[in-house]
Amino acid sequence: MRRYSHYAVAFAALLGLFGIWLTGPWRSGGPRDGSATLQAPSIGGSFTLTATDGSTVTDQTYRGKIMLVYFGYTFCPDACPTTLNDIAAALAELGALADRIQALFITIDPQRDTRKVLADYAKSFDPRIVGLTGTPAQIAVAAKAYGVYYAPYKTADAPGGYLMDHTSVVFVMNEEGRFVATFTQDTPPAQMADRLRKLIAKTS
Amino acid sequence: MLRSILLTALLAIAGIAPAVAQAPTVEVGHAWARATPGGAKTAALYMTLVNKGADDDRLVSVSTPVAGKADLHTTTTENGIMRMRPIEALDVKPGTPTVLKPGGYHVMLMDLKAPLVAGQSFTVSLTFEKAGKVDVTAVVEKVGAMAPGAMPGMKM
Repeated sequence: MRRYSHYAVAFAALLGLFGIWLTGPWRSGGPRDGSATLQAPSIGGSFTLTATDGSTVTDQTYRGKIMLVYFGYTFCPDACPTTLNDIAAALAELGALADRIQALFITIDPQRDTRKVLADYAKSFDPRIVGLTGTPAQIAVAAKAYGVYYAPYKTADAPGGYLMDHTSVVFVMNEEGRFVATFTQDTPPAQMADRLRKLIAKTS
Repeated sequence: MLRSILLTALLAIAGIAPAVAQAPTVEVGHAWARATPGGAKTAALYMTLVNKGADDDRLVSVSTPVAGKADLHTTTTENGIMRMRPIEALDVKPGTPTVLKPGGYHVMLMDLKAPLVAGQSFTVSLTFEKAGKVDVTAVVEKVGAMAPGAMPGMKM
């Protein structure tokens, strides 16, 4: 009996993830290059996670700053380093204006991404990028808030036996925590910086 | 005298023959990897493969002393969702260079013996179905570099 309930939970979780994937609000024609403003109030919402220094971070923690929210994992050799580097390059280009921005890297692989691993990883790109982790449930809540899909892809060849499929999109949230735009792997850092500069100018 | 000239000529032709028949060769250009971020256990290796022969070839395996394992992977992004998948082999056809680059094909290096540090270089052995084994030197670029020798945040 107990075993069946496990299956039921797993099935429900899968169904939930599939639902997120299907209904991810940013899927419905959001700006892929971050060049346009999109009205999609459904992206973003409350979450509670743990920063690599052990402190609790919620969606309220960085109110007053523009948040760049990116979900990924450190075993990712291609997409995640590319995106995090783009973020770091954009921050560098913004100079002092970068103080108005908080970049967050939320792991969708808490099993392997311990706080230590995540801290070392994030600061290699830019020490201002905060790595966030949490319990699988906390991460699921955060991912759901942003319409982010993630699921393990089992392969014996990968370290630990799996790779992660995941939404690889940077969500730009304004100072009030409202969704403004997305950046993708195709958004050059200069374009990111430009978009953020305009957003800062609008709110200051 | 005549015989020795003929013999020399024959030998010369025999020597040239394999070159004329275009032995399968694949030239490997710009092999590079990103420096590994702290805490990372994996890295991606990129390069350009140019088939100089007449027939289709395939890259079937990769090995390097810096990693316990090196697998061919492809990254696809659809509706913003990134999926990385192992592939068995990579086609290398004459006339069209096969490019391994961020967001596409890469060699995933796993069980790294040590972090890859920018400026270092390492040996990579590629095995092709027809061209056989080709050894190349890969260069380690800065964390997050997008292309060999390119600077992050480069203005275009």
